[in-house]
Amino acid sequence: MNQRIQRLRQRSIEAQERISAERALLVTEFYASGIAQQESIPVQRALAFKYILSHKAIYIDQDELIVGERGPAPKATPTYPEVCIHSERDLEIASTREKVPFAVDVKTKAVYRDRIIPFWQGKTIREKIFAHMTPEWKAAYEAGIFTEFQEQRAPGHTAAGGNIYRKGFDDFRLEIESARQALDYFSDPEALDKQEELQAMTIAADALISYAQRHADKLSEMAAESKDPERRAELEQMAHICQRVPAQAPQTFWEALQYYWFVHVGVITELNPWDSFNPGRLDQHLYPFYRNEIEAGTLTPERARELLQAFWVKFNNHPAPPKTGVTLKESNTYVDFALINLGGVTRGNLDAVNALTYLILDVVEEMRLLQPSSMVQLSKKNPDRYIKRALKIVKTGFGQPSIFNTDAIVQELVRQGKSVEDAREGGASGCVESGAFGREAYFLTGYFNLPKILEITLNNGQDPRTGKMIGVLTDAAEKFETYDQLFEAFCVQLQHFVDIKIRGNNVIERINAKYMPVPFLSLLIEDCIANGKDYNAGGARYNTSYIQGVGLGTITDCLAALKYHVFDHQTLTMPAMLAALAKDFNGVKDLRARLMHDTPKYGNDDDYADEVAQAVFEAYYNAVNGRANMRGGLHRINLLPTTCHVYFGSVTGALPDGRRAGRPVSEGISPVQGADRNGPTAVTKSAAKIDHIRTGGTLLNQKFIPQVLADDTGISKLAHLVRSYFKMDGHHIQFNVVNYKELRRAQQRPEEYRDLIVRVAGYSDYFVDLTRELQEEIIERTAHEQF
Amino acid sequence: MDYVHNLINWSDELSTLKMNAKPLHSETGIIFKIKKYALHDGPGIRTTIFLKGCPMVCWWCHNPEGQQRSPQNMPIEGTNHCREEIIGCQASVEQVLAEIEKDVIFYDDSGGGVTFSGGEPLMQAAFLKTLLVKCRQRDIHTAVDTTGYAPTPIMIDTLQPADLILFDLKIMDANDHQRYTGVTNTLIFENLEHLIAMDKRIRIRFPLIPGITDRDANIHRLAKYICRFDGLREIDLLPYHHNADAKYNRLNIPNRLKELQPPSKALVQTVKERFEHYELRVNIGG
Repeated sequence: MNQRIQRLRQRSIEAQERISAERALLVTEFYASGIAQQESIPVQRALAFKYILSHKAIYIDQDELIVGERGPAPKATPTYPEVCIHSERDLEIASTREKVPFAVDVKTKAVYRDRIIPFWQGKTIREKIFAHMTPEWKAAYEAGIFTEFQEQRAPGHTAAGGNIYRKGFDDFRLEIESARQALDYFSDPEALDKQEELQAMTIAADALISYAQRHADKLSEMAAESKDPERRAELEQMAHICQRVPAQAPQTFWEALQYYWFVHVGVITELNPWDSFNPGRLDQHLYPFYRNEIEAGTLTPERARELLQAFWVKFNNHPAPPKTGVTLKESNTYVDFALINLGGVTRGNLDAVNALTYLILDVVEEMRLLQPSSMVQLSKKNPDRYIKRALKIVKTGFGQPSIFNTDAIVQELVRQGKSVEDAREGGASGCVESGAFGREAYFLTGYFNLPKILEITLNNGQDPRTGKMIGVLTDAAEKFETYDQLFEAFCVQLQHFVDIKIRGNNVIERINAKYMPVPFLSLLIEDCIANGKDYNAGGARYNTSYIQGVGLGTITDCLAALKYHVFDHQTLTMPAMLAALAKDFNGVKDLRARLMHDTPKYGNDDDYADEVAQAVFEAYYNAVNGRANMRGGLHRINLLPTTCHVYFGSVTGALPDGRRAGRPVSEGISPVQGADRNGPTAVTKSAAKIDHIRTGGTLLNQKFIPQVLADDTGISKLAHLVRSYFKMDGHHIQFNVVNYKELRRAQQRPEEYRDLIVRVAGYSDYFVDLTRELQEEIIERTAHEQF
Repeated sequence: MDYVHNLINWSDELSTLKMNAKPLHSETGIIFKIKKYALHDGPGIRTTIFLKGCPMVCWWCHNPEGQQRSPQNMPIEGTNHCREEIIGCQASVEQVLAEIEKDVIFYDDSGGGVTFSGGEPLMQAAFLKTLLVKCRQRDIHTAVDTTGYAPTPIMIDTLQPADLILFDLKIMDANDHQRYTGVTNTLIFENLEHLIAMDKRIRIRFPLIPGITDRDANIHRLAKYICRFDGLREIDLLPYHHNADAKYNRLNIPNRLKELQPPSKALVQTVKERFEHYELRVNIGG
């Protein structure tokens, strides 16, 4: 890393996360002025977007090569009051909380108090959503049965495809124009709506072009003032680039990066949807530019590396917008989940690993930044040296890159009805979510607490934490004579809550489609322009809604414990079990030890437990999969937690697997922390017994002590382990390579471990920024070692 | 729950199991641990089956719970010796094979297989041979990790179906060998030469114990001896470690090397170079 990049990187790391009122104030000014009152909602949204981009401060760091900031400075983070307002108390909490804080200065607080809060109160999407939810929905939400992704953030979960590298925004404008001319005012009742949406897209396209021009102007000024001739030439070149992109298609490697970055800033300025935005298959998109320029002699690998490093810093400058309440608990991190994909296969199904793939892996290793996240797609067609190169970075212990199974992802997407070519150009975004990049709007709608469903079942529909009746009457647990009866009751409760969730999802989808269109994002995702429809309204080629199941390991071990002890072996009666749960195992130490140690557990390649996991998977799949959403698509399942397993654990009482009340539930499809005792082959075999192909992503965490990966043989054997898991159609695996002792030391002396990055769940985070519960949870995950 | 399957959860579960003292024969044996994803017991990803019982008592033994032939009690760590587990259980060939076969997909990908270790697996020769034959029938690669100390005809007959022998050579001097392992080494050399004559694939394993096996004379004699045989070009160097200390405590048997410092990186490197001087390929840690 050269000195310039070192400086940029250091400044990015050291910049303090803070709330900036800039965007909130601009959007408030815009709507308060009433200038667009007569316009349709999409046009209003586009004009608001244009207003922000025309008036926001332009920030360019003296060392930068890629420009464009969402806020007025790095890590100055805007809020989105049209979606969710931050109350004065929210700001106070955000600025004082121990973990994931955002500084809020006095002036900012005053602006929120005097201008932003009074204007938006009663007008936000969040308030609309809660006003439209049924009492049953609210009761389940408050009990912690599920979370709601759209209550504080706009729906997102998408990644860029390759179209922006082939077309400039001027080309998009032409496409919009031809879509407008094709509108059928004689028989299409939506023609007017489409006309408005297309007009909004044009305004949004123009807005980003002028935003780039503002950078070009500023860069020209800086060039004129620069005393260093080398930097002056660079600034002039950057000004030239900003005049060309995004209006025109990029011609050089540098232009391609700058173009993507403008687009990224556009998406996260418009609404910063979940998982921000994502360059997706970066090595594939950039490779033609790289190859051409290397051949022409206009780019060296060293310069390409430097540009990529400067690009990396831009992601790190942009924390996820401040969250509060349940949303904070389910996703307690600064990470905004831009997940760069490498490798995999091409549209024509060939090995996609190229020279740039390896160069980007070097960048990942060298930059060692929280953001962006990075992953390698591994197809059976990819060479071993590629996976080994990736594992050598994993070995350095910051949790990146994670490893995904291309061949499984393609099967998953094709099963959902995507064309095989679109599937091959897709990948995983966010944590582990499969998507047809550039062509799919796949909304994650909320986490679903599977272990809590059992708790409700054992209490005949009642939540023992609050005493409220929130489920259905399925009979007292003591009355179940067979395990099948118990499981049947569990399925009834599961269906009940899934129904509540899906009904809520569909109402929320309509609210966002109607009131919160995203014309800018819609420009980027195929076929929104051709359909004249917004991304949030089903304009994309593919439209999927997900409910993310949490706690597969915990629910499996609980049901297996009941099946084994209460029904199959009758070594324990149901009343005794219920009594033990009610007193959180106090005074029944031996019983708890039996439940924890003398019971089949998921993650040990033990069919007794794993068959329970399969049954739970099928029940969850059947309850969710194939149910219609409101965008012409279907609901699907995936299994991932972010940090929600900690929240869900906190609202769930003692469970039959011996877990005490309030403790985190298991994460992703990983075994319960410490329950896997037969090593990683057994874990992966258990995990592969559920049908990953019928999900949109699963998450498997593994922890290794560094010695296991000390030499090439260790790396090579781990590569084989991954290949074997993928041969069994496993979707994803990620590794923490850390010493238990080191994590304990980091807890004791956090100041010395500021830079220790660990894998959490689908992303990496600073260990010292994690909540204590999550730190403990990570330490408890079984470490695979080898004497 | 499957009884043998439990064995891998060997820390807690055995405490509740009762042993039947059935006679040992070719269909059952006593094992004390099954380790999956074993990385240092031969090529690829392996499952290592530890057979109980050993004729030797090496000072540095890191599986002291494998020395005694019959199952034995061992207090559970962290319970102040008030809860005990039983080390070792009787297992049938079919049970062991079922566990071995679970990881076939990993062996296939990595060129791995199963390793029989101990103790000294040849102490249960009939059982071992049945397992080796059945693995061969199933096309599973087998390795046997042996001290080489067993009656020659039994060894020849038993190891016939094995794909790879991990053969320990420790000390060349007969008196020292007797002192530190409890047995002489003449039979061990004879047996090694028989295996070489049988054209077996063999990897020599050498425990690097500071002050005991690392003396110049021992290393040079050992290297020279190995070099006499064309088939032996590879040696695994196994540096001493203290991972077994807790087990010595729990078993309440003397740990004579408790105070010994593990070899430094520099020493490991020096010894490695000494062997390399004889054009041997040296792997550290196997």
